[in-house]
Amino acid sequence: MTTTSFAWQRVAQHRLFWPLVALVALLVANTINRPSFLAVTVRDGHLSGSLVNLLKNGAPLLLVALGMTLVIATRGIDLSVGAVVAISGAVALSFIASSPNPDSLSTVLVAVGIALALSFVLGVWNGFLVSVLGIQPIIATLVLMTAGRGVAMLITSGQITTVNSAPFKTIGSGFWAGLPVAVVLAAIVFVAVALLTRRTALGMLIESVGINPEASRLAGVRSRSIIWTVYAVSALFAGLAGLMISSGTMAADANNAGLFIELDAILAVVIGGTSLAGGKFSLSGTLVGVLVIQTLTLTVTMLGISPSVTPLFKAIVVILVCLAQSPKVRDVVAARRRRAARTPAEAAEVAA
Amino acid sequence: MSAVQTPTPTPAPGAGPRASRAAGSGSARGLTSRLRLDRRYLPVLGTLVVLVLMLAIGGSRYENFLTDRNIANLFINNAHLIVLAVGMTFVILTGGIDLSVGSVVALSGITTASLLAAGWPVTVVVPLAVLIGSVLGLVVGIMVHVFEIQPFIATLAAMFLARGLCYVISLESIAITDESFVDLATWNVKIGDARVNAAVVIALAVVAIAFYLLHYTQFGRTVYAIGGGEQSAMLMGLPVARTKVLVYVVSGTCAGIGGLLFAMYSRSGYSLTGVGMELDAIAAVVIGGTILTGGTGFVLGSVLGVLVLGLIQTIITFEGTLSSWWTKIVIGVLLLVFVILQRVLVVRRR
Repeated sequence: MTTTSFAWQRVAQHRLFWPLVALVALLVANTINRPSFLAVTVRDGHLSGSLVNLLKNGAPLLLVALGMTLVIATRGIDLSVGAVVAISGAVALSFIASSPNPDSLSTVLVAVGIALALSFVLGVWNGFLVSVLGIQPIIATLVLMTAGRGVAMLITSGQITTVNSAPFKTIGSGFWAGLPVAVVLAAIVFVAVALLTRRTALGMLIESVGINPEASRLAGVRSRSIIWTVYAVSALFAGLAGLMISSGTMAADANNAGLFIELDAILAVVIGGTSLAGGKFSLSGTLVGVLVIQTLTLTVTMLGISPSVTPLFKAIVVILVCLAQSPKVRDVVAARRRRAARTPAEAAEVAA
Repeated sequence: MSAVQTPTPTPAPGAGPRASRAAGSGSARGLTSRLRLDRRYLPVLGTLVVLVLMLAIGGSRYENFLTDRNIANLFINNAHLIVLAVGMTFVILTGGIDLSVGSVVALSGITTASLLAAGWPVTVVVPLAVLIGSVLGLVVGIMVHVFEIQPFIATLAAMFLARGLCYVISLESIAITDESFVDLATWNVKIGDARVNAAVVIALAVVAIAFYLLHYTQFGRTVYAIGGGEQSAMLMGLPVARTKVLVYVVSGTCAGIGGLLFAMYSRSGYSLTGVGMELDAIAAVVIGGTILTGGTGFVLGSVLGVLVLGLIQTIITFEGTLSSWWTKIVIGVLLLVFVILQRVLVVRRR
């Protein structure tokens, strides 16, 4: 066995190998279908092209998925993010619409502040149910998922609120130094979370809570406040994502804003190799997962298939990735590899 | 359990000390188990109290609320949800969850509609629609058990799969005009002042079968045992593997039947049917007193849960001035109350 094939084997065994293969395959398929796909041009002083749009549209999902990664790492799940997206957009747009001066920067800043603060409070509520009352995460966040859309409709009184406000539009469709503001914001959040969890002990503490809450409590980890924090952070990110989504369309649709975004986020996290059973989490994995889902959606549209069929392809990707990661399949593959490895070794012995 | 005071055994005349001790401990155990049983029934009783309260409030506020017709309508409007909740109960009792039921309802409904439109006979289409649910359930069960994918993710994948297949079949709503199917859908029987249609009869039959399966068969006992502790169930020699796969088949089959009932109700198949219906089913099961970690709960409780959800809708319709989104808020609040109630009960039991 040569060293190159050994290195290759190590690459193939990496957690992110298969998700990355899927991502590259999707990108290649798109490029073959339309050779201009990978082209990034400068238009009106900012970058434009399919890839830029891909990143811009993926920014809200990345934010939600980042929060979800932290929640899942503590053995939890947050189903309420879609509802929080709707509430955040509804609050911000209702505030701007009712203000006398929708175009002023201060109005928009106050609106953003209120929306983010409310999202944070909703997250604190989820965290309270899970960490203090000890209700299972699925059902605790299901409460807000069900009631949240109702609350969002209450805020917009069942209408789709639309506004015209240039500063607010910047969040979702503006550009900053040639890059879409949404992408810059998502990148800042990603780097901040990565630094906070990987350069401090916080990431390890979150993982320890996910691996064994009781043991980490006995070891002196304040698991309750950690769990509480991740839910608050998850909702805060969802609130920011809600601002991006509502700013992209300049409308607050209480029924459809962020619909199923929680499921997409969970998929992204799972594709990225973070186990739903909690414990070890991978932020870069989540990034790859988000890109896979976003590229998949784009590919389906670009290949001229009705976008409604996207769920079918998502299902196939999820099933394949989950099967590839399942212990059973890994055992079978490992056993076969061991057998294959033994044969040349035996042959060498015989030769000697 | 502090409430149980072991009664001092009063020796029966003529009985030796040994016999009296045995009798005493026996009666104490009997008392404990009876009290424990009560506690198990408590969430369901809570649901019943809420249901009765809602009926009483509705009856006192609106005329024509407590009529036979209104009650029958409650069943007619929620027949499909009853069936879904019954299937979901099996899955949740084992500690799993099934997110795919809403999409399977749509898939089963749109298959029925498109096949009937293509001229297939009802006798073939109806079993086929149910079978689709069973097969999807089997696939999920295999993913969960053999490949050890978490139920949440496996059923999420099935949810996307079923929804995607719906769109492949048709993007438009397909009306059902087949005569024999319409005959089946409109068939009804008059009970008192009210009419009960075929969908309600089917739903109640499903409830009866599920009740029998859960409480009088080995399969049912294994379901409860797995929810109580999978490891112990396995050590007891119960067929854990088979049962774990079967509960998803049961849930899938129920979703297939639910799709048929919904197609009968709406006389059409549409790929957007049942978005979020799985959450209604889960909410009904939880409100009906089944604990999400598994092991405790009753099919009849889930039926009560569905009725509570249906009554919220009815009351909001009767009120007239309340907007529809209050339904969601009230369901959310009710869910919260029941979950906290369950939590309190579980903590007390420890």
